Amino acid sequence: MAIEVRVPTILRSYTGGSKVVEGSGDTLTALIDDLDAKHSGLKGRLITPEGGLHRFVNIYVNDEDVRFLGALDAKLNDGDSITILPAVAGGALGFAAAAALLGPRPTAPATTPDSTEG
Amino acid sequence: MARYESLLDACGGTPLVGLPRLSPAVDEGAPPVRLWAKLEDRNPTGSVKDRPALFMVREAEESGHLRPGDTILEPTSGNTGIALAMVAKLRGYRLVCVMPENVSAERVQLLRMYGAEIIFSPAAGGSNQAVATAKQIAAEHPDWKMLFQYGNPANARAHYETTGPELLHDLPTITHFVAGLGTTGTLMGTGRFLKEKVEGIQIVAAEPRYGELVYGLRNIDEGYVPELYDATVLDRRFSVGTRDAVLRTRQLVEVEGIFAGFSSGAILHAALAVAHEAVRDGRRADVAFVIADGGWKYLSTGAYGGTLNDAEEALEGQLWA
Repeated sequence: MAIEVRVPTILRSYTGGSKVVEGSGDTLTALIDDLDAKHSGLKGRLITPEGGLHRFVNIYVNDEDVRFLGALDAKLNDGDSITILPAVAGGALGFAAAAALLGPRPTAPATTPDSTEG
Repeated sequence: MARYESLLDACGGTPLVGLPRLSPAVDEGAPPVRLWAKLEDRNPTGSVKDRPALFMVREAEESGHLRPGDTILEPTSGNTGIALAMVAKLRGYRLVCVMPENVSAERVQLLRMYGAEIIFSPAAGGSNQAVATAKQIAAEHPDWKMLFQYGNPANARAHYETTGPELLHDLPTITHFVAGLGTTGTLMGTGRFLKEKVEGIQIVAAEPRYGELVYGLRNIDEGYVPELYDATVLDRRFSVGTRDAVLRTRQLVEVEGIFAGFSSGAILHAALAVAHEAVRDGRRADVAFVIADGGWKYLSTGAYGGTLNDAEEALEGQLWA
């Protein structure tokens, strides 16, 4: 079962630079396991150690947010299109500036995507 | 009511108009499925942001956070800044906006016209550059006040107290409410109000999906979810790409005569998705969605004419919502 997965720039170090990869699985969990087998380390960027979807990762099945479709248990079908995106809202630069002004939000260390999950 | 004491009192009370041509056709005898547009471009500065701007300033005045003559510092990519600039002018404050330099020229001109001062953060430097710029400004001016629309409850309260009640009054049979997801204020406030009053109503988010350049993050941990966001208010959340947003924006003006900005096209795209599902399932639906602003500020992008490919290219790297 082929499912097309769009990978954001910040995760392409795991896919050899590929923007689009293919995977298979009848649920999102199965798909992510399959992707991780081919692109080692990718799962660790999407799933927290507790087994949930990372707070700052959004995954869309055919343009719809999986958190409203059963999250990791979301059912997938052949031909579905998956998009992975970092969570941003209202314009990345605007909120980054806002966050900096407010201060309390812990600022992520300037590391490469290979750093371990925080 | 058509007479107001000042422009500030003319905020809200926007028209809700039917879209008979864009609403999907149903078989004879099948339940009707109708689309309704809430024309938020009819607010004093031409966008939905007039509501939160007014509520945030009022709340800050009442709590003592803002005092006459204060300077307000707000990071904004456009409409909130324009709305705040008008409110600040009429209420006696100075406004300084921090904004990325890749927003449309009209927004910058409008802000300056309303009297705001602008500090640009370089688009090329990504979010880290914006953070550096903002930190520097804050350090230099510790007395400047931030309203911070992403975490200010008065943003959502503006919609809980005005947008929501207006929609229920004008469309008691409402089944779906669709709006854009940015600060999340419109969806949180309107959504909470409607969920309390209308059984089974669906609250649907349309989130703009920008080109890669706009995200500018170096790793996932630099992501951000606005403090106002509460996922339990939403039933569904769609990601809408630039191409679909442009296509629907053009349809709005070509088919229904509504000249809107691109975020409204993205919202219509999600509204049409739920409307077509209702038709397929044979369910009645009154889908109300938000026209967030008019198209005037985006004319210089050139994305209203030419092919969709041209438009997509023209908007690449821009904050179009």
